Amino acid sequence: MRALSTIHTALVAFMIIVTLPVAAQDAVPPAPYANVQLPDPAQEAKAEALMETLRCLKCQSQSIADSDASMAGDMRSQVRERIARGEDPEAIRAWLMERYGDYVSYAPRVSETTWPLFAVPLLLALVAGLVLLRRLRGRT
Amino acid sequence: MIAELGLVALWLAASLAALQLVTGALAQQVGGDELAVLTRPAAIVQGLLAAFAFLMLLVVFGQTDLSVKLVAMNSHSEKPLIFKLSGAFGNHEGSMLLWVTIMALAGAMIAAIEHRLPEKTMLATLAAQAFVGLGFYAFLLFSSNPFERLPTPALQGQGLNPLLQDIGLVFHPPTLYVGYVGLSVAFSFAVGALVTRQVTPDFARIMRPWVLGAWIFLTLGITAGSYWAYYELGWGGWWFWDPVENASLMPWLAATALLHSASVLAARDALRAWTIMLGVVAFSMSMVGTFLVRSGILTSVHAFAVDPERGTFILALLAINIGGALLLFALRAGTVAEGKRFSVLSREGALVFNNVMLSAVLGIVLLGTLYPLVTEAFNVRVSVGPPYFNPVSAIFVFPMLAVMAVGPLLRWRQDGMQRIGRPVLIVALVALLVLAGGWTFASIHLLPLLGLAFSAALAIAAFMPLRGRNLRLLPIATWGMVAAHFGIAVALFGMASESAFSKEKLAAIEAGGSADVGPWTVVLTDVVPTAGPNWTALEGQMLASYEGGPPIAIAPQSRNFWAPPQETTESALVTRWNGQLYAVVGRETAEGRWQLRLWWKPFVIFIWLGGALVALGGLLALIGRVLADLKRRTVKARAAERRAESAA
Repeated sequence: MRALSTIHTALVAFMIIVTLPVAAQDAVPPAPYANVQLPDPAQEAKAEALMETLRCLKCQSQSIADSDASMAGDMRSQVRERIARGEDPEAIRAWLMERYGDYVSYAPRVSETTWPLFAVPLLLALVAGLVLLRRLRGRT
Repeated sequence: MIAELGLVALWLAASLAALQLVTGALAQQVGGDELAVLTRPAAIVQGLLAAFAFLMLLVVFGQTDLSVKLVAMNSHSEKPLIFKLSGAFGNHEGSMLLWVTIMALAGAMIAAIEHRLPEKTMLATLAAQAFVGLGFYAFLLFSSNPFERLPTPALQGQGLNPLLQDIGLVFHPPTLYVGYVGLSVAFSFAVGALVTRQVTPDFARIMRPWVLGAWIFLTLGITAGSYWAYYELGWGGWWFWDPVENASLMPWLAATALLHSASVLAARDALRAWTIMLGVVAFSMSMVGTFLVRSGILTSVHAFAVDPERGTFILALLAINIGGALLLFALRAGTVAEGKRFSVLSREGALVFNNVMLSAVLGIVLLGTLYPLVTEAFNVRVSVGPPYFNPVSAIFVFPMLAVMAVGPLLRWRQDGMQRIGRPVLIVALVALLVLAGGWTFASIHLLPLLGLAFSAALAIAAFMPLRGRNLRLLPIATWGMVAAHFGIAVALFGMASESAFSKEKLAAIEAGGSADVGPWTVVLTDVVPTAGPNWTALEGQMLASYEGGPPIAIAPQSRNFWAPPQETTESALVTRWNGQLYAVVGRETAEGRWQLRLWWKPFVIFIWLGGALVALGGLLALIGRVLADLKRRTVKARAAERRAESAA
């Protein structure tokens, strides 16, 4: 049994060397909290909620919570460490946006370039209301 | 030889589409109907030729004919046959050929079996179908020829993206495309009716089964696509508001609105112009989706600008088709009278309200999907994701769900509050109870909490139209409505529950170690290498037990494909009636531990069960409508016979 499991381990090691050229690039170990949850579930929930709304900058439309990229791992670790230090999630988001640009956040904020994203739904609600009023008023 | 046969068939199909367009259009002129008899046969033969061309593409992919450029670029000889075949439409050219084939077959079907419309409207419809088809034939033949040969055959193919080598992806694209392109029939009917100004309840009744058919496929396609993303991507999410997903959601929203407004037109001769408009919009959204997915604009606006040939072509098609149809609408809408009137509190009133809400949601999804592309063109990059789409669409979705619960209880034309007061009170009370319970006993975020409350209320309300009715005499179509509305409640419950109650566990453990997630204990017994036909993998062998029950063996894998080289995660799932355990095995850490990612997702499968129920509801409605129509026709035929007899 013991010999068998040694062979297994050797095989596993062999497979990794042969078939995981990607892994070789990640020789640097991942940041401490890249794949480690915070001990406090409330804090972890906060961190997760934030991570799900941050974009992995190296992937195509993926949040850092979903990504295997090492940069996403570093960002997850940053988020968890800062949450653990008691920072506010929105402050962390602002800090990341400062560093990487608005692109990093899936939650657009109202700005010179994004105001139509918020104005149009309001307008839609208004138009919907007017259409309904016109269509439905006094129809008996 | 086979590739050339396919190409010839495609050219012939395109020329028949041209014939169909000319003869159908000439028939609209006074005295231009000498050639009109050719229109229907042209449509049928065009459909058969396109199908033949597609079959030839399947054959070259099945044989892995590496002298065909598309095969060399997207296939590989060491791939299971089924993925060789599905590889035929897992690329740009092949998927566009699939699009054109379905469009031609849809045209052939209406040409062959639809004889209820006034012939002139029918010919205009077939001409419109041919016009849209011609644009896509030109696109295929001039800029995306799937049958192009290489000067010298390749030695080996470059392979198919491993993520696409999945049984779900064999059926998903054709299903979705039948839905997308099936809506072209609604578009053509709408244009045909505008040309001849024949927007009648009969017209709506005739268009409805075709829209229903496309809508069923669209519903199935979206549901299956969501489940595929869930288990294949290994991230545990089921909807990402990704532009590609939004591209499939937008036609669905428009088609859902169209189905309901067509019902109003069929039953009450109201909402004429609105129904026509939605017919145009629904297929336009299919084309917008195709443009988004197929032009390469999503990877980067700038990449699109560097190689704009294809994107510009589709954009031009979009502009011509949508612009042309809207222009026709603007010119003719005035002459299409609005139709019968009705009061606020009526079945029509509720349907109008929800049509407007669906349109608003469609507008928001369109805005949020296109906006980042617009800003990127000005070198400002923004992301629009779930934190935007969820709350903003909720503003319109929840009022819509409320009206959807009550609407089916209302009478046509006019109803009184006192008649439906009691059921409305019951439904509202259920929602409030869940809301209050969730608020006090569990800290659930607002949107999932509202989702839970509305799903409970809607689940009850969905069956209320059955009360006081003789169930054996109930029309099949009514059962369809009940099933579809109940399906929405079921799916909503799954979504809300997944969002509110999911538990996640990240653990780095050695073989022999264990981790807990929710009610589950998972033991990692071993990690072993394994291999498939075109991949090797590390397999995490685990034993999962629910609340200390008997262990269930699961084996998620981390796979490495070699053609093309890519790593994928194969999740392992344990499905119970009350939820799903989702396990992924990741890399080995420096200390020789294995990185596991585990989720417990209560009631998550309700999302897709609900989707399937909605599609089933559509199927029942379709069967009911077609049977009722056949019955009506036999009755009419018998009456005509009797008249003929008595006359003799």
